[in-house]
Amino acid sequence: MNKSTSEPHLPGLRQPAPATDGLDVPFWEGTRAHELRVQRCSNCKVHQWGPEWMCHACNSMELDWVNIDPVGRIYSWQRPHHPVHRALTDRGPYIIVLVELPQADNIRMVGNLLGDPLQEIEIGAPVSVIFEDHDDGDPGFTLVQWEVTSAS
Amino acid sequence: MSDDYNLRGKTAVVGVGETTYYKHGQSSDPEFVLVLKAILAACEDAGINPKEIDGFCSYSNDRNDPPRLANALGLPELRYSNMQWTSGGGGAAAAVQNAAGAITAGSADVVVAYRGLAQGQFGRFGRSGGSRPVSGGAAYTLPYGMMSAAQMYAMRTTRFMHEHGVGRNAMRSIAMACYHHAQNNPRAVMNGRTLDAETYDASRWITEPYRLFDCCLENDGAAAMIITRSDRAMDLPKVPALVLGAQQSGGHRSGATAENATDYVTSSFKPAAKYLYEQAGVTPQDIDVVQSYENFTGGVVMSLIEHGLCTYENADEVLTFENLRADGGNLPLNTSGGNLAECYMHGLGLQVEAVRQVRGESCNQVPDVKVALANAGPMVAVASTAIYGTQEALG
Repeated sequence: MNKSTSEPHLPGLRQPAPATDGLDVPFWEGTRAHELRVQRCSNCKVHQWGPEWMCHACNSMELDWVNIDPVGRIYSWQRPHHPVHRALTDRGPYIIVLVELPQADNIRMVGNLLGDPLQEIEIGAPVSVIFEDHDDGDPGFTLVQWEVTSAS
Repeated sequence: MSDDYNLRGKTAVVGVGETTYYKHGQSSDPEFVLVLKAILAACEDAGINPKEIDGFCSYSNDRNDPPRLANALGLPELRYSNMQWTSGGGGAAAAVQNAAGAITAGSADVVVAYRGLAQGQFGRFGRSGGSRPVSGGAAYTLPYGMMSAAQMYAMRTTRFMHEHGVGRNAMRSIAMACYHHAQNNPRAVMNGRTLDAETYDASRWITEPYRLFDCCLENDGAAAMIITRSDRAMDLPKVPALVLGAQQSGGHRSGATAENATDYVTSSFKPAAKYLYEQAGVTPQDIDVVQSYENFTGGVVMSLIEHGLCTYENADEVLTFENLRADGGNLPLNTSGGNLAECYMHGLGLQVEAVRQVRGESCNQVPDVKVALANAGPMVAVASTAIYGTQEALG
């Protein structure tokens, strides 16, 4: 069972919506089901992120959506302090991580690193997904957040 | 490369014009009026009648489109117009490239490269708002609080500092050099505001690793450059700044969403540098002065390395405040004050300053400039870069 929370890390920001042309509908349906789905080419099997209508490696247009282990390692990070949106006023610093997914050809995903906002961040540290449910969204949606994987 | 397929020296920048540069929201002129004023100023500088303009090039989806400009100016013919697609101001040198290409191809004779930007009238780059859902690439970043320009490029700098062990000292030196140069530039928004190392180090975080002084300004204004054939340029009043080379520069999947560019730790100039120098017929050692686009200082460090002006190994020793100054440095950088301290005119001001250096007209003139480099838009999906030179530089 993948981990989840119903507590929003950054409440009040604009919510994600599937692309109107349908490109990433399976991804957002997957997060609602607490599964991490990404594109993989049915021809050459390369994983691809962000989603696109064509495989960048072999130009096949036959792309599958596959569930992958919701784990990765920190590739880079930043800690915003300056509030750039009214919902972030007085929120204080938070952490954005860029996570590399070795089990999926090193594709990268952006999310927040949960926990102490002033924690020391180590590039290469293993992280795992916490699905952040926003059932009160319009419609409801689920974000992909990250926490440092505990040693145990 | 055959000379028939080379921009080298075939065109020249013969006029440059800028409006007053304002802090964002302080222009009383509408953005379109700012662009018209910059074009008229550039024509006056060039000694060219505005009615001779027959082409326009811009970038970053400039709102002030050529049909409207041509209409307002009463141009008898509009033979060429062009928009370069990129994110941010990465197209400033590309607008010059496209103008030079159009003239070389015989598509037009007098082309304006321009950019108008009134962030007070149309929304600030450093501020995001709204409450409607987001889709596409922004859906993978914005709900996580990643939406401003600084946030879009901070993680490249973090990773760069991690991989190469350089950055902070060079970033501080770049910011200080820009502010130093702005003190001699009456056009500069930060004229009268100095920056020392202690102030830089004490400045607040915008987003780690960027401090306040690592980040460009937000301004209102416009800038324009007049480009024409080199043979015509010789008959005009100002020393022509020959376009020796200009390139756009995007790499493998550099536009991938959610930070998935294949080469992440880059200013985006790796693809262009070799073509740029080959076309211009010069080497990095020939560059007398550099204008390197500072959206954020970390990108400048990468840009200078990728242009061959220093290396990953010696960046900390080369990129010092003393060395980046017009007065005595070996690598004079952003001699107008640049995007950090003159004005953030989406980088076109840096192209203008390169022309001034070639003419010998800069407020921080480097002695005996023959070759000047000006790039645009580090870390964006498609950056661009140009080299300007004197007649002597053509050899």
